[in-house]
Amino acid sequence: MTALLALQLTLVVPLCGALLIALCGRWPNLREAVTLSTAGLLFYLVIQVFGAVERGGDEAAALYVELWQILPGLHIALHSEPLSILFALVASGLWIVTSVYSIGYMRANQEKRQTQFYVCFAVAIFGAMGVAFAANLLTLFLFYEVLTLSTYPLVAHKGDDKARAGARTYLGILLATSIGLFLPAMMWTYFVAGTLDFRPGGILEGNIGGIGATILLLMFMFGIGKAALIPVHRWLPAAMVAPTPVSALLHAVAVVKAGVFTIAKVVIYIFGLDFLVDVPHEVIAVYIAGFTIVVASILALRQTNIKRMLAYSTVSQLSYIVLAVLVLTPLSEIGAIVHIVAHAVAKITLFFAAGAIYIASKKTEINQLDGIGFRMPITMGAFAIAALSMIGVPPTGGFVSKWYMIAGAFQIDSYFVLIVLTLSTGLNAAYFLPIIFRAYFRKESVAPPKSHGEAPLPMVGAICVTALLTLLVFFLNGPLVAFEMAVLGVPR
Amino acid sequence: MLSHLPILQVIVPLLAAPACLLLDRARAAWLFACMASLVSVAISGLLVFQVHQFGALSYSLGGWDAPWGIEYRIDLLSAYVLLIVSGIGALMMLAANTAIRTEVPSERQPLFYVLYMLCLAGLLGIVATGDIFNVFVFLEISSLATYALIAQGRDRRALWAAYQYLIVGTIGATFILIGIGFLYSLTGTLNMQDLANRLPALENSATAFTAFAFLMVGVCLKLALFPLHLWLPNAYAYAPSIVTAFLAATATKVAVYLLIRFHFSVFGVGFAASVLPLHSIFLVLGLVGVFVASLVAIQQPNVKRLFAYSSVAQIGYMIIGIGIGSATGLQATLLHLFNHALMKGALFLALAAVVFRFGSADIRHFAGLGQRMPWTMAIIVIGGLSLIGVPGTVGFISKWYLVLAALERDWWPLVIAVLLGSLLAVIYIWRLVEVAYFRKGEDEVCREAPLSLLIPTAILALANIYFGIDTRLPVYLSDSAAQMLFGGGP
Repeated sequence: MTALLALQLTLVVPLCGALLIALCGRWPNLREAVTLSTAGLLFYLVIQVFGAVERGGDEAAALYVELWQILPGLHIALHSEPLSILFALVASGLWIVTSVYSIGYMRANQEKRQTQFYVCFAVAIFGAMGVAFAANLLTLFLFYEVLTLSTYPLVAHKGDDKARAGARTYLGILLATSIGLFLPAMMWTYFVAGTLDFRPGGILEGNIGGIGATILLLMFMFGIGKAALIPVHRWLPAAMVAPTPVSALLHAVAVVKAGVFTIAKVVIYIFGLDFLVDVPHEVIAVYIAGFTIVVASILALRQTNIKRMLAYSTVSQLSYIVLAVLVLTPLSEIGAIVHIVAHAVAKITLFFAAGAIYIASKKTEINQLDGIGFRMPITMGAFAIAALSMIGVPPTGGFVSKWYMIAGAFQIDSYFVLIVLTLSTGLNAAYFLPIIFRAYFRKESVAPPKSHGEAPLPMVGAICVTALLTLLVFFLNGPLVAFEMAVLGVPR
Repeated sequence: MLSHLPILQVIVPLLAAPACLLLDRARAAWLFACMASLVSVAISGLLVFQVHQFGALSYSLGGWDAPWGIEYRIDLLSAYVLLIVSGIGALMMLAANTAIRTEVPSERQPLFYVLYMLCLAGLLGIVATGDIFNVFVFLEISSLATYALIAQGRDRRALWAAYQYLIVGTIGATFILIGIGFLYSLTGTLNMQDLANRLPALENSATAFTAFAFLMVGVCLKLALFPLHLWLPNAYAYAPSIVTAFLAATATKVAVYLLIRFHFSVFGVGFAASVLPLHSIFLVLGLVGVFVASLVAIQQPNVKRLFAYSSVAQIGYMIIGIGIGSATGLQATLLHLFNHALMKGALFLALAAVVFRFGSADIRHFAGLGQRMPWTMAIIVIGGLSLIGVPGTVGFISKWYLVLAALERDWWPLVIAVLLGSLLAVIYIWRLVEVAYFRKGEDEVCREAPLSLLIPTAILALANIYFGIDTRLPVYLSDSAAQMLFGGGP
């Protein structure tokens, strides 16, 4: 199979998978088999594309296909480059793990409307693949909206008033920001640059100048609501009403990473790093991201519900990526890209653990976790590894990304960035370590009504895999960094 | 046979009207009217093809050549508008049988089809003819039929709305007639092409100028340009739903066509430009219309009224396109003509389904509608997204061209205003979505609308997406028509 065909199939496969899942709704085992095989096939396809990008040369350059022309100069087109292949690998790879996990979760919790759940999930992955491989901003925008709309039923899955209120905030903020800011920013870009293609070095240089470029940058930053910068972050905690597998894959990986990925794409391939340095006051954007990191960490500190705390932690961690992208030095860009992976695997582990705790013990609050480390040693062990990655302690992935971010900040002597990174590391420790402490060093205050051990096997297995991946990012960071250097135009 | 297509386009629905009267049974009349309107779609499709192949068609009525006889003239612009009007007319007719079941008493139903066919014939006639007095005749045919159609509404206020429209419409038609009279006395011809040849020499004549002013004001009354729009919300709100859908998607479009025809073909773009800053007036009125009507729409408790005000706002966009005064601006207007017909057609037809189930389109009936009538509501969402101008729908295409046209002139404030206008649309659509999906309904048992209503609505909704992705046909037609009117191309 040629890589180009594989690239196109990455969109076809999840969509066909969704259709098949809908058809197999009556036979749960068959339906889950379809989900898993679709996820496996998709991952295989992404690996094929990855292989071509890795080998580089003509083969990688040929990974571009125009599917449809909407208006002259406006195409639906796909391409693949190191940054997009990374996002696609993370999303499709973790989809397999999450599918295994959600089979355990949904069945143990006897959720209703499971078929709808798996169908929407597959469509959301279709959206994520489209975002990853979009060759221009318009294509990206279309799939960005597919991702928003397909995840709405997942957020509202429970169907009660609380779920509906959460889903309303979710949809309202994401749609309003994308239509109100992202879309006009995109049109503006087209009208000044005459194209929306992602090109190395950007397309805006020489086409827009002065304060206009600053406004455009801010429109993109807030318009891409999925990156959850304050004050458009509120959808993320609101989305926590969703079942945990949704929070895990979509709101720790696919949806939010689609947001920061889009910002990275805009900064690197639309503005271009060299041009953005000259944009007046672009440092405002850095301040906004830094502000979000600190404030979201403080908000996380005040949460009592595990999932909500993780949500605020996500808001803060996403801004790490935005901040690092906007520092505009090569090392910080690498830090941002590595953090997309490192945060994905660690945060999904944390959510998996929160879901496992809920399934096994029905506990959702932090202060109920006393002594749970003895009942669920594997889950809490994984939780601890992931929490350390959030703080940035070796040997976890979070350390690598933070290392590059700090090194990048030193390249331009930005004390603001250094202070923010240090401060938030402290805050991260302040809200993660007490949980680990409670779990292992406190006795259970009241015995649970029903004695319980670990969650069902598929869930525990999934947790182990993602915890392992968190460690692997640390040990295998060399090849990853070398591969991603290509984003910055550094030949391998 | 093929050479008679221009007249067949008008004569088929015109003769179908008395035939429906003779049939005198609702179902038979409906079937006949359906056939007639499908035939007229086929004719307009053939006309588009012929004009595309051979250029503008000229047809002399009764063999009397112009300027003695009446000439029917189909160029790309009229073929394009004919296609829109007949296509929408046929789709609405397919749904009409079910839609009027609860809204029009059965003994009046055959009469309804008679009026509908007359209205369709009138609208098609306005577009097909190349004779300025003939325009007036067909305008009156369609207007009189429209007044009667609006008066069919179940609410007694429909009578009042029809009367209001009758007064305003008659004033508009009279203005147009006065304008035509002046032109005739000045040039001695009623043929549009002859007028176009003779008028440039008379640019400084006060009579020509007066005629121009009368025609413009008369047409703007018919197309409900702000602030001459006051008849429209009542008429749309109280007319039977299917009539609202039909009028919203066709009647105002034909009035915009007439404006373009008079302004660009008959008088020429530059006419009286030194005395009358017509384009600036259009720009200002269009913009004010967009904002005022959208703001009023946000507050409407009746959804039909809400979309009626939204129509006034959308007409504002079309007028802005003309006001920009470039080929791209005109193309944006022509595209929006097509696209707005699709979106408002879908939206009002979906509202007809709601009215069919609930008896009115009050917003309180929308509570929980997302669960009760999922398909209808999905269609409303698609139409709403299109109205906002989200990529992937037709609304995006027209907004794109409008912004493109504004940018060609470097009119940044206009660009920002157009985008702000879309945000206002987001507000009133969101209000509807919020009620339908996030509020629980009262415990009335209610099912999805019948298929006979749902299928035409779904076709329109899908057309909103299809033509948002495959834009070749409308973009080609509107581009060629705009080039032609600016004297650049074929």
